[in-house]
Amino acid sequence: MTAVIEFDAVGRTYPGPPPVAALHPADLVVESGQYVAVVGPSGSGKSTFLNLVGLLDVPSTGHYRLDGIDAGELSENHRAALRGRRIGFVFQAFHLLPHRTALENVMLGMLYQGVPRAERQDRALAALTEVRLAHRLLALPSQMSGGERQRVAVARALVNEPSLLLCDEPTGNLDTVTAEAVLELFHGLHARGMTLVMVTHNDDVAERADRIVTIRDGRLEERR
Amino acid sequence: MNKGEGLVDPSRFTPRDLGSEALAGVLQRPGRAALTALGTVVGVATFVIVLGLTATVGGQISSRFTVLGATEVQIEDTSVDAELDGPAFPPDAATRVQAINGVVRAGVYWSAGERTVNSRPLADTADTDAFPIVAASPGAVTAMHPVVAHGRLFDDFHDRSAERVALLGAAMAARLGIQRLDTHPAVFVGGVPLTVVGILGDAERHAELLLSVVVPERTVERLWGPPGSGQPTKMIVETRLGAAAVVASQLAAALRPDAPDRLKVTAPPDPRSLRDSVATDLNSLFLVLALVCLGVGMVGIANTTFVAVLERTGEIGLRRSFGARGSHIAAQFLLESAILGTMGGLIGTCVGTLSVVAIAAARHWTAVVEPWTVLPAPLLGTVTGLIAGLYPAMRAARVQPVEALQR
Repeated sequence: MTAVIEFDAVGRTYPGPPPVAALHPADLVVESGQYVAVVGPSGSGKSTFLNLVGLLDVPSTGHYRLDGIDAGELSENHRAALRGRRIGFVFQAFHLLPHRTALENVMLGMLYQGVPRAERQDRALAALTEVRLAHRLLALPSQMSGGERQRVAVARALVNEPSLLLCDEPTGNLDTVTAEAVLELFHGLHARGMTLVMVTHNDDVAERADRIVTIRDGRLEERR
Repeated sequence: MNKGEGLVDPSRFTPRDLGSEALAGVLQRPGRAALTALGTVVGVATFVIVLGLTATVGGQISSRFTVLGATEVQIEDTSVDAELDGPAFPPDAATRVQAINGVVRAGVYWSAGERTVNSRPLADTADTDAFPIVAASPGAVTAMHPVVAHGRLFDDFHDRSAERVALLGAAMAARLGIQRLDTHPAVFVGGVPLTVVGILGDAERHAELLLSVVVPERTVERLWGPPGSGQPTKMIVETRLGAAAVVASQLAAALRPDAPDRLKVTAPPDPRSLRDSVATDLNSLFLVLALVCLGVGMVGIANTTFVAVLERTGEIGLRRSFGARGSHIAAQFLLESAILGTMGGLIGTCVGTLSVVAIAAARHWTAVVEPWTVLPAPLLGTVTGLIAGLYPAMRAARVQPVEALQR
């Protein structure tokens, strides 16, 4: 198995005054195909962890390698490219563009990846079929339920065939029944070999993962 | 290049994608886009109307210049005492002037005072009125372009041999009871009989001829002597169309190389310079207004784009998570404001052009809209939009994806 995420004493301190250590230097390896839940209460450093893994922020200490590429050595533009190509994001707030159909929202995921325009629609269609939304291609976000919207967001995250699906409280805005369906979807993706990192404060959600990592006061700890 | 960068394919944002994204950004709120573009519409429309109306009015002014007016040069004697200084014009004045390229004809004339005019030889001079006598060379009379109602103008022969002939204005002829010329009627000017060879119906630019008796210059000289003081000699020169200014600059030297300052040459005003002076008066005021409108339009676009950047922070973060660079984000917002400006410019150009045509039609003018004002006018809107979008686009590029996505 190859490592998708390698944290080598990665820490993040926000410059003060006074300086705040949001994440103390930590080691973590996530192998390809693993399903990892990151749990912790609000303010524990979950967001910092998420931003570092998602290449939205750079560590102040240590080295972070994604697919063996050291993110710290990349320029801002290359880091953006790596992020777009290798990481699929799923957010709590869905972040769908309100004036675009489900299909167009999924196609947006390929906008900056140099995918030929002709190919985009086919790939978006395939991704939406994978999340069982082939019948809602032309629906606007306002015409869809919360569960459907999150499935569109998952399809959009999958459309670039990323190495890692990075989810931030994906069921936070959903009722339990809908959340269950979305979690089933993640389970299915995991079963087909997708690497998943899910940040949540919900223990029930975390229980479904292979591994559970806790964050408390900026300290990373393996629980299972 | 750092280690590892070779492994990462850079993000791309093709011009076509950029265009469709920016257009979608503008069109997703059509009402707001229309209102935002309004300032630019007004600014560009004002610009086109000002320049269009100035050109139209200028064209109107120049078309009012008759060909006659534009081809007539007058020369006057500035001497205070003509008797002391000698005659203003040499005897061969007409020949000298005609040697200048562009001259059609020329002639000397002067007002030879007032004398009694009667149609009967033995009338009581007490109850006859005095009328002005104009001494004119045949060239001068022809250059004044009178309309001959009856008979003919006198010619070089009459002048050379000082024939006793005269031309009468139509009003005078009627007063003297002369209606037909086949009986060769005569008028008695100061008691001297002159045969009337022609009656002038009209003389557009020299209406004084209609109330005068026009007599060949040599006849006047022989009968009543050369022009005295208070009777300044003048010369009229008819030029080809467009040659007036050039001819006028040469006349004084050609006629009086010894004393060119003695002659005052009056050329018709150049229609172009007159038009330009009208244009600059109008232009400078209204162009400032147009600029103010464009400034207001620019602030409007800047404000709307800035609000859009704030509103769409989440979208910006999302695009960054797809791999968009800061420059990709900036380009999109810059193009959106440029599209807004261009739309405003296009609509403004249409409104402006239609207004000029409508105003011209209402006034029965010929609408003149110069291509060089209309063609770049939409670009004026584009530039307005681009400048307006600079700051919001820079702000958008600096939006931190971390913060944007947590909203």
